[in-house]
Amino acid sequence: MSLELATLLPAAIVVSSLLPGVFIFLLSEENHWLRTVLNLFGALLKLVLVGVLIWGVYLGQVFETRVDIAPGLDLVLHADALSVLFVTLSTVLWLITTVYAIGYLEHSTNRSRFFGFFSLCVSATVGIALAGNLLTFVIFYEILTLATYPLVAHRGTPEATRGAKIYLAYTLSGGLLLLVGAVWLRTLTGPVDFVAGGVLSGMPADLHGELVIIFALLLAGLGVKAALVPLHSWLPQSMVAPAPVSSLLHAVAVVKAGAFGILRVVYDVYGVELASQLGLLAVLATLASFTIIYGSVLALTQDGLKKRLAFSTVSQVSYIALGASVLGPVATIGGMVHLVHQGIMKITLFFCAGNYAETLGVHKVSQMDGVGRRMPLTTLAFSVGALGMIGIPPIAGFVSKWYLGLGGVEAEQYWVLLVLAGSTLLNAGYFLPILYRAWFRPLPAEWPKEHHFNTRFETMGALLWPPVITAVFCLLAGLLAAAPFSPLEWARLIARREYGL
Amino acid sequence: MQSDLLTDPLVLCIALPLLGAVLTTAVPRRAVLLGILMALATCASAITLAVLVWQYGSLRVLLGGWDPELAIGLRADGLAAALVLMANVVGLGISVYASGYYRDRERLGAFWPLWMLLWAALNGLFLAGDLFNLYVMLELIGITAAALGALTGSRDAIAANLRYLLVGLLGSISYLLGVALLYTAHGTLDLALVAEAIAASEALFAVDATALVLMVSGLALKAALFPLHFWLPPAHANAPAPVSAALSALVVKAAFYVILRLWLDLFAPVTGLAAAMFLGMLGAAAVIWGSWRALRAERLKLMAAYSTVAQIGYLFLFLPLLAATPPGPPRDNLLAALVLMAVTHGFAKSGFFLAVGLVQTNAGHDRIDDLGGTAQRLPATTFAIALAGSALIGLPPSGSFIGKWLLMQGAIESGQWWWVIVVTAGSLLAAAYVFRVLSRAFGLEPTPLRFITDARTEVPALLLALVSVAVLGLASGPLWTLLGLQAGGGA
Repeated sequence: MSLELATLLPAAIVVSSLLPGVFIFLLSEENHWLRTVLNLFGALLKLVLVGVLIWGVYLGQVFETRVDIAPGLDLVLHADALSVLFVTLSTVLWLITTVYAIGYLEHSTNRSRFFGFFSLCVSATVGIALAGNLLTFVIFYEILTLATYPLVAHRGTPEATRGAKIYLAYTLSGGLLLLVGAVWLRTLTGPVDFVAGGVLSGMPADLHGELVIIFALLLAGLGVKAALVPLHSWLPQSMVAPAPVSSLLHAVAVVKAGAFGILRVVYDVYGVELASQLGLLAVLATLASFTIIYGSVLALTQDGLKKRLAFSTVSQVSYIALGASVLGPVATIGGMVHLVHQGIMKITLFFCAGNYAETLGVHKVSQMDGVGRRMPLTTLAFSVGALGMIGIPPIAGFVSKWYLGLGGVEAEQYWVLLVLAGSTLLNAGYFLPILYRAWFRPLPAEWPKEHHFNTRFETMGALLWPPVITAVFCLLAGLLAAAPFSPLEWARLIARREYGL
Repeated sequence: MQSDLLTDPLVLCIALPLLGAVLTTAVPRRAVLLGILMALATCASAITLAVLVWQYGSLRVLLGGWDPELAIGLRADGLAAALVLMANVVGLGISVYASGYYRDRERLGAFWPLWMLLWAALNGLFLAGDLFNLYVMLELIGITAAALGALTGSRDAIAANLRYLLVGLLGSISYLLGVALLYTAHGTLDLALVAEAIAASEALFAVDATALVLMVSGLALKAALFPLHFWLPPAHANAPAPVSAALSALVVKAAFYVILRLWLDLFAPVTGLAAAMFLGMLGAAAVIWGSWRALRAERLKLMAAYSTVAQIGYLFLFLPLLAATPPGPPRDNLLAALVLMAVTHGFAKSGFFLAVGLVQTNAGHDRIDDLGGTAQRLPATTFAIALAGSALIGLPPSGSFIGKWLLMQGAIESGQWWWVIVVTAGSLLAAAYVFRVLSRAFGLEPTPLRFITDARTEVPALLLALVSVAVLGLASGPLWTLLGLQAGGGA
């Protein structure tokens, strides 16, 4: 493959959604077709580019774009196996979410603004995924915050403005802590490039105190987006956003960016050995375990469907951090693969929640009696996602939990099994009642606010097929976990490279 | 020689706007056309100047053929070229905007000659090679700026600008006293020669130190360094939008430029860490106090004006770091970061004020709490405010993000970690005041039909804001070359 391709591909992947986004801003509101064409063109082009990238990285090729911002400050986009995992996830889900959003916002206002920021958001996310050093990561991390804010505030109601304000207060404060940590680390080490196995293992022992404080700063900054307790409160508040934005927040971009950052810091900056030696993994493990249990307990008490799903996200995303906090390749595989699995399962659930709200006006769990008979395909997809979250084989979630548990056993940290068991019980506790209501309770006489779309299916096609497709992904990721290029196989590849096996 | 002088970009940068002032006074009916033409020509000569400095390092020209001790000398080094380039691009943006902003002929007739005169004085100040020339340009800037600020003719504006004029005169006199002391002691006014004399004569330390105090405090008054900022918010908030932009982005920066010149070139042997630390403390107070007042401001223009107070404060934070860092790549990075922040603020604040002017025209007021619908009717303007705002906060990828990154890095490296807290707190406050405005942009009002509603005023605001965010933040490397600094790693 030519040299130009190797240096241009990472930048092209970022720009492929950035440029359509900029043009979408300039479009007039009624230009529905051109906007749709631009959106889909960007999404498909990005998908093709990512396909090339996957193949190249699998063969061990190096893709790197390096731009000199100022002397000593480089903007580096570098594709390694871990970035490919995240890039692929967000690119595939972005395409699906775009289709969904076009259907969802058919008759709503300010669509040029919405899709413009939507594209910026995904550009920032792939920027985060491809960031090759800490500076680049911080830059795209902050851009993601800025690009998401208008989406959360999109509806313009007082609740939306308030939710957006809370989101911003949390994420900007976190971003500043991350920035301070990154600058501090840079004064100790020079440019902090992400390297498998970490870059700090050679640091003299008298700097270890500073390294611990810096880790705390970085973790606080990343923990806000990853919704680690006690930094999670913004996530349930931003439920006021439209359903496609919730999917973006929970599955494609924001929460994932935080979790991905934690993986980067643990594996590629500190190195998992040093992090364990400094006692940092123990801190991370405590936080993650607490978050997993706490999020699930709160999810039990929510009647709002999206709120219940939000607290479920708080809990599930911390599986990724949990995997990173246990020393050993098997736990690493479990954490990494959950980055993808949680994404496809949670986006299915949010799509379905959006469909119930748009088609029937159902927003609460207590209103869901009999929805399975009115909307069988949507509810089937919802059931796949929910059972996957609980960890029922052969759905994707089972694979994550299996590897996390096995990793805990391998590292002789048996408490991981306790956390997993407790969480699984709680997952079942808040998902099974929904499934029972949906399938076995009688239909109500009247739905809260029913829309009839002009279609022979249960709802509009653009709303129906995205969750069905992602539900199929959940099944495939579990059933074909051992196939080449499955998320699991890719996570194994990453773990092999991180541990030098 | 004489024919060379007429085409020398150093001379053209000052002569062209002067000519513009004469022409727009002489032919007021064609003021807009002439003004725009002269603005374009001036901007082109500024770009030529920057290219020449880029190639040759520095330029120098003596007017009138006198000896260097007495002649009016013009010179341009990297620092001057960077600021001239910023001022002239911003000036062009302001000119285009003004051609669409002023609708009535009477105001227009008064605006152009004064604006061109101010522009000439700004370029004259950046390119001045001697202390007296600097004084003349400072006075000219002060008078034209106050006259421009009073153009709205409202009672508040006249009161604020009369105060501004008097404060400016006080500052100039203090500066002039310092110049007189230096001239008596060293017998020359040329910057380079005075610098040599100060370095050579340790016996005159007391005189030099007194001159330093007099000159810097006079200039700090003009640069609105806390607690001498009291005159700025009313003056900047009551001026017409293009004038506010020029005042906040350029005029205040001019006074800071002279401080920097004196501090780094002239008085380097006299200034110590303690003096630098004192100015740094004042800068820190400016950051916190200015940002806090901006957050509490009820009017958008007042908010922007207080934000200028805070942003000037950031520039002074660099002085103690420069004093504590030995020459080498880390110090060069600090110097470049300082210029980068000043230049970024120039673009961001001018874009901000221009956009705010459009909001004010559209809504008929600029009370932040009542702006909801207006922000929604003007998408491009709101965008400009958002972009400029993110540069004011220091969010990536703006130039001030890189500036703040290097500022914090320098603070940690030189052990002065407390400035990191100041920068962090200032950024949080800035985010609060910027998003207090931007959160008004989301409401239930109907969707705007198109992105740009009035190209002649909206495009300059948007482009200036965009430069501060995208261009300066992603490609600030050339600034190092222009300043003649060694591109060193961060180690």
